[in-house]
Amino acid sequence: MSDAAKILALHFGLLALLVALQFLLPAYHHGNLARIMVLASYAIGYNLLFGYTGLLSLGHAMFFAAGMYGMGLSVRHLGFTPAPALLAGIATGLALSAAFGALALRTAGVAFMIVTLMFAQAGYLIILYFGEYTRGDEGFVIQQSQRVLWGIDLTQPTARYFAAFTLFAACLLLSLQVIRRPFGKTLIAIRENEDRARMLGYDVFAHKLGAVILSGTVSAAAGAFYGLLFGYAGASFATVQYSILPLLWVLLGGAGTIIGPFIGALFTFYLIDIASGLTDAYMAVVGVVLLMLTLFASQGIGGELRARVWSWLP
Amino acid sequence: MTLLSTRGLAKDFGGLRAVHNVDFDLPQGQIRALIGPNGAGKTTFVGMLCGRLTPSAGRVAFDGADISTLPAHKRIRLGMAYTFQITSVFARLSCHENVALAVRRRHGDEASEVPAALVRVGLGHLEQALAGDLSYGHQRLLEIAMGLAQRPRLLILDEPTQGLSDSEIQAFKALIRDLSAEATILLIEHNMDVVMATADRVTVLNFGEILAEGTPPEIRADRAVQAAYLGTG
Ligand SMILES: Nc1ncnc2c1ncn2[C@@H]1O[C@H](COP(=O)(O)OP(=O)(O)OP(=O)(O)O)[C@@H](O)[C@H]1O
Ligand SMILES: [Mg+2]
Repeated sequence: MSDAAKILALHFGLLALLVALQFLLPAYHHGNLARIMVLASYAIGYNLLFGYTGLLSLGHAMFFAAGMYGMGLSVRHLGFTPAPALLAGIATGLALSAAFGALALRTAGVAFMIVTLMFAQAGYLIILYFGEYTRGDEGFVIQQSQRVLWGIDLTQPTARYFAAFTLFAACLLLSLQVIRRPFGKTLIAIRENEDRARMLGYDVFAHKLGAVILSGTVSAAAGAFYGLLFGYAGASFATVQYSILPLLWVLLGGAGTIIGPFIGALFTFYLIDIASGLTDAYMAVVGVVLLMLTLFASQGIGGELRARVWSWLP
Repeated sequence: MTLLSTRGLAKDFGGLRAVHNVDFDLPQGQIRALIGPNGAGKTTFVGMLCGRLTPSAGRVAFDGADISTLPAHKRIRLGMAYTFQITSVFARLSCHENVALAVRRRHGDEASEVPAALVRVGLGHLEQALAGDLSYGHQRLLEIAMGLAQRPRLLILDEPTQGLSDSEIQAFKALIRDLSAEATILLIEHNMDVVMATADRVTVLNFGEILAEGTPPEIRADRAVQAAYLGTG
């Protein structure tokens, strides 16, 4: 089998498995997996910037929240139905990431990191400031009647699962396409050696801006779906915790691998789930496992897979 | 026709005059060697030609157009290629991908041009190897292959033979002569043997200023050059 065939087999195999699991999983895990697929989509967005372009953001919650509030506020205040509301969420993420990129990419390294953190904090404060519309920390619920997409009730587990799956499949295949095309290969070149890429005639700024926009928009799509599928938008999704989580998922799953974000989100979700069933001090268990992983699988699970068995892993 | 020229080009590093008031003309098709003692300002000078460094003063023209304010990537797109003095390859990518990045940027044919460029520098057998696993000399050759793959009109090579074996240096000389049909070459070189064998003309830089310019025999005979450079080399 050629490398290209193996790549297609692996990623479509994963998608086929997720479809099959919809019919096999007990209700509890079925619900979990729907949530994990949306969070993994967020992580895919994060990975495009961090894993493939080498830009460390500590503020991606602003994009997730932009999608969530772009969707949620347009339902709540403008009476949008789900389809246009999702588009509004994605468009909000697109606009925010374009503006953010144009400003923040004037900095590099640690300064860039700090700017992402500050932008995200500003975003969080804006949500609180306009509490009259956003209901601040408390957030607001999106009613069941507002969550019917083309006649499909997204509060039903099967519909919700397939909506989450559709988002995840789109994000996975999009990121795979991006990385196999010249644009994505140039991002990797910039990550590896920015100066050399520039001296081959590549416009580094334009490519980084493209990566920020792509990453922010995918993250916003995940935020919009999350709000719609689980019926709630709240300021907690704009906090620094939601900026750190995708970093954690991507590091654990394997930065710069297409399946890494999914593996990381799945692993972390069940790690916390299982540990909290065993002990009240579950965060300590989680901490120890994370420490072990960083010590013994420093490239994350996907990175180790690539290094040890699947050298062709994109 | 003059492909590249500079007028009054200068660079200060906080009081240190690395390059001072350089007027330089390079006709199309020539192989020009740029020599000078360590710290003479050679790397700084070519850095201002290709846009890696912003000059403190002066202008650069390429193919009749003033490019003084163009960013580096746009100059490269006009037909310059630059190989770094301190080897700079994509260490974690394959040799193929290193060269492919150069080919793709100008929308060339990756399948045929990448192997051709690697074969030309003698790395045809290492196409799938990771660049970071190559020996130092082979990494230098890989950089030259990336330069060739850009099909530049002006190829700037900063000490390309450093770290090459004797047989690789012989092959390099042949490659440069072969290339001169396609590109104008500006070659920074410490190895006088390579300079004498390849260059049409030589420019000598000393303390950031042009000390002499002429054919290789003229430069070899120049007493000021001997004092500044050849005597110590
Ligand atoms: N970024 C920099 N900051 C400060 N000083 C610099 C910088 N780059 C070069 N210099 C100084 O400028 C002078 C010229 O350096 P340059 O590297 O251009 O010399 P060179 O002719 O290429 O030397 P070599 O043959 O050793 O490569 C040196 O004194 C060097 O120390
Ligand atoms: Mg130098």
